[in-house]
Amino acid sequence: MSRFEYAPAPESRAIVDIKSSYGLFINGQFTDATDGKPFKTVSPASEEVLAEVSEAGPADVDKAVRAARKAFEKVWGPMSGKDRAKYLFRIARLIQERSRELAVLESLDNGKPIRESRDVDIPLVAAHFFYYAGWADKLEYAGVGDDPQPWGVAGQVIPWNFPMLMLAWKIAPALAAGNTVVLKPAETTPLTALAFAEICQQADLPPGVVNIVTGAGRTGQALVEHEGVDKVAFTGSTEVGRAIAKSVAGTHKAVTLELGGKAANIVFEDAPIDQTIEGIVNGIFFNQGHVCCAGSRLLVQESVYDEVLARLKRRMGTLRVGDPLDKNTDIGAINSAAQLAKIRELSQIGEDEGAERWSPECELPAHGYWFPPTVFTGVSQAHRIAREEIFGPVLSVLTFRTPQEAVEKANNTPFGLSAGIWTDKGSRILWMANQLRAGVVWANTFNRFDPTSPFGGYKESGYGREGGRHGLEAYLAH
Amino acid sequence: MTTLDSGVDSLADVTSSEDRLRRFLLGLPGVDQVGAEARAATLGTRSIKTTAKAYALDLAISMIDLTTLEGQDTPGKIRALCAKAKRPDPADPTAPQVAAVCVYPDLVATAKHELKGSGISVASVATAFPSGRSSLAIKVQDTKDAVAAGADDVDMVIDRGAFLSGRYGLVFDEITAIREAAGDAHLKVILETGELVTYDNVRRASWLAMLAGADFIKTSTGKVSPAATLPVTLVMLEAVRDYHEATGLHIGVKPAGGIRTAKDAIKYLVTVNETAGPDWLDPELFRFGASSLLNDLLMQRTKLATGNYPGPDYFTLD
Amino acid sequence: MRKTYKLYIGGAFPRSESGRSYVVSNAKGKFLANASQASRKDARDAVVAARKAFTGWHGRTAYNRGQVLYRIAEVMEGRHQQFSAEVSASEGLSISKARAVVDESIDRWVWYAGWADKLAQVVGSSNPVAGPYFDFSLPEATGVVAVLAPQDSSLLGLTSVIAPAIVSGNTVVAVSSFERPLPAITLGEVMATSDVPGGVVNILTGSASEVGPWLASHMDVNAIDLCGIVDPEEATELEIAAADNLKRVRRPAEEDWSADQGMSRLTQYLELKTVWHPIGV
Repeated sequence: MSRFEYAPAPESRAIVDIKSSYGLFINGQFTDATDGKPFKTVSPASEEVLAEVSEAGPADVDKAVRAARKAFEKVWGPMSGKDRAKYLFRIARLIQERSRELAVLESLDNGKPIRESRDVDIPLVAAHFFYYAGWADKLEYAGVGDDPQPWGVAGQVIPWNFPMLMLAWKIAPALAAGNTVVLKPAETTPLTALAFAEICQQADLPPGVVNIVTGAGRTGQALVEHEGVDKVAFTGSTEVGRAIAKSVAGTHKAVTLELGGKAANIVFEDAPIDQTIEGIVNGIFFNQGHVCCAGSRLLVQESVYDEVLARLKRRMGTLRVGDPLDKNTDIGAINSAAQLAKIRELSQIGEDEGAERWSPECELPAHGYWFPPTVFTGVSQAHRIAREEIFGPVLSVLTFRTPQEAVEKANNTPFGLSAGIWTDKGSRILWMANQLRAGVVWANTFNRFDPTSPFGGYKESGYGREGGRHGLEAYLAH
Repeated sequence: MTTLDSGVDSLADVTSSEDRLRRFLLGLPGVDQVGAEARAATLGTRSIKTTAKAYALDLAISMIDLTTLEGQDTPGKIRALCAKAKRPDPADPTAPQVAAVCVYPDLVATAKHELKGSGISVASVATAFPSGRSSLAIKVQDTKDAVAAGADDVDMVIDRGAFLSGRYGLVFDEITAIREAAGDAHLKVILETGELVTYDNVRRASWLAMLAGADFIKTSTGKVSPAATLPVTLVMLEAVRDYHEATGLHIGVKPAGGIRTAKDAIKYLVTVNETAGPDWLDPELFRFGASSLLNDLLMQRTKLATGNYPGPDYFTLD
Repeated sequence: MRKTYKLYIGGAFPRSESGRSYVVSNAKGKFLANASQASRKDARDAVVAARKAFTGWHGRTAYNRGQVLYRIAEVMEGRHQQFSAEVSASEGLSISKARAVVDESIDRWVWYAGWADKLAQVVGSSNPVAGPYFDFSLPEATGVVAVLAPQDSSLLGLTSVIAPAIVSGNTVVAVSSFERPLPAITLGEVMATSDVPGGVVNILTGSASEVGPWLASHMDVNAIDLCGIVDPEEATELEIAAADNLKRVRRPAEEDWSADQGMSRLTQYLELKTVWHPIGV
């Protein structure tokens, strides 16, 4: 062997036990759907069918909301915060105990590299439950008055990019605050949510406190529009978020929306260059770029443009694309055929509009949904690839000359979720952080998440925050 | 962020005066500690299995500078070490030899004698190792003694006091003087990163050593804690990579001290592979300064070959 | 001498570009004045003025904004009599009750003025993340806020919906009570003669039902308070229109303007920004 070729290092699948079919989790039991057709969930890395999952129709959603209402009124609402906390701590522990299994399941169903599901997603899931568990008996210190009250039943709809982490972001604060929930996972990634349902059973969580209804947009719509829902929480596209905001208009429902983004990752000439390159790579290629806060617009100061590009391309050449279960994979599979088609379409538009497309040489597997890490140069603000969320491993590179110009370009978008700043100058970081209209600003780092740290956007990136005390506030009536 | 476009000519230019040298070193891009350590940690999660592991274990053995640098060293100790260097695993002749044996100057002759014809180099520390606290004249003589005794490699230490007080010209001049005194021997420049403390300093010292004529940059003496760490080595690998980009020259890297397990050694090789690139996966350009590492590599090698976990009693202690 | 009541946009007092005015009567139906009836284009101009003023206003120190709000209270005090007369006429209150309302309105400005440099401490946070990062969250103004002011409480209500928006750095386009616009116009005159930069508060007199939909659907308005919309179906329509750019919407609700206002209107128009930075040497 002349080169150091890493042999395959697959994580064992034996740890997960996927059933051939799953029902809905309503009132503490897995039950058959009454009015929906079953659908299949596939592994995006191989197109192998993993399981058949029930589609919840309006009648099923109604059943779930009623179960949640009953649990809210009879059990969870009246329960002391101290006792609610114990359930949440127990859930956190169960997640830790089953973390490897959950990581494998997540990578199988979602296509993300096991390194990320193992080292990022699942540890953060446990951390979220741990964090919010501690809040359950301290709500009077949450900053919303002496006697904070839950809304009641929370209807929650989550996306496919971080299936279990988004579940944790939704369910942990909701339960801590005393709400009960009906959650709909994304149709392409239902398996970890169903595993979570089993965890609820193992934790002896009272029936109806957590209900999981699987299905697609129709199911989500039925949930969000259900009269018995008091609080709606959604993470997903701005398009659907807008529809939800319209559908709850004139109701009593409280809403939080965590929607799309087109984050600027801004590199100044005095940036710590090697960490900056890592930050650019992590910013756009983490989770195949299926990240609402991805640093998809790279803004580079013109004086270092050539150097940054050369280093970035060299680094992209070492990215390992392939089997999500291989422990050495950096970039896994695109989550679905539909998403792949969207990424391809927008990339084609990028080329058609005159931007220059580049990807390192990399062999893509024959089956499954794959897209190589891609960078577009010669992009201007007018290009669609600089304005629309691609939600894939595609980076658009633009340049700027002064900090003011960087801010103008960064803010020149209807979104406002996140932004990155790379410079060794402290005062410039604070000035930039001040000027950027985005809910999360990462300076000399990118794509960091923590249960104590509020996350959410400005403008069309949605409203409300998840994480921290502020994330708890979203689940308390005030 | 000025180094890449500089080219050879301008790099020669930066050493033309102390002022220019200072401005160049202070103008190097900063290193963010958290980001550098996070990158090293991620590289450390690579999983090297089966064929790749076999390759890595043998490569790591072949990169070892088998080291003893103790006050209690004797010719007997050196002879035993040299025997181990030549035949690391008496039970398995396919086990590769190490790259070099590393000793104090007074024991170079012994080592040279023992290793004659083996192809294994003798490396000698020099320049008032490990503190470097002597006059330049003594350091030069120390180096000359080692080379005269047959040292193939000279591992010098930099004047950390001078470096930390910003006297970069002094450090530079000392390295060039030792470079000259070392003659044809390979010059490894020990930065003693544990005393430089910051990664910014590690990057500056790396460049300073390379500009002054180092063939290798080496992390540590092994007498200061922390000795070699993965992120420090990462920063040094970035420096040799960038220097190569600017000059076309290949400078080697040697982490020394604290690397004791095969698992750790493989993490270093992964970091070499994905930072400086495959060119550096060669004993000519990457070495481990170590002693107990060798037995762990041999044990892992045996495990891979036989499928059984071996015990330490089956490997020689020297 | 009788005064001409005009709109207040960008620090100036234009008549409606539509040239329309409408009769304002007192609580007993007696003619008081002709007020400008703001149009779609006046709303558009007001949003432009508010957006233009946003960067500067939001960029001021909290201490300075607090002082500017306090100055509004001071200047109002000087016009106490005029406000009292207008509130009395508009709301049909005795002059002594009207005086009390004006007192309360002035107090409300003072109360909100004090919030300017406390919000970040009460609403912000330092976040103890599990890693070597300094991580903090700070509140920031949402941007341009459209306020459809209450129809009943012509001064106290109006104050209570404008002050919480501007104190944190938002700029406001307010549509006054339709039938009781006079105190709003006088408040505009107070703004003009105090230290409030032009465009920070813009006051339109006229119909919230007519102008509201243009503000609700305006893509450069970031938030809307539907307080002054009485008909629930109309409020629903406006909320639907506001969703086009994901405006932060405050739905109409029972309000008691004399009660402690709490923080809910303050926080309604705040965005939380979380900043991360590594801690290292």
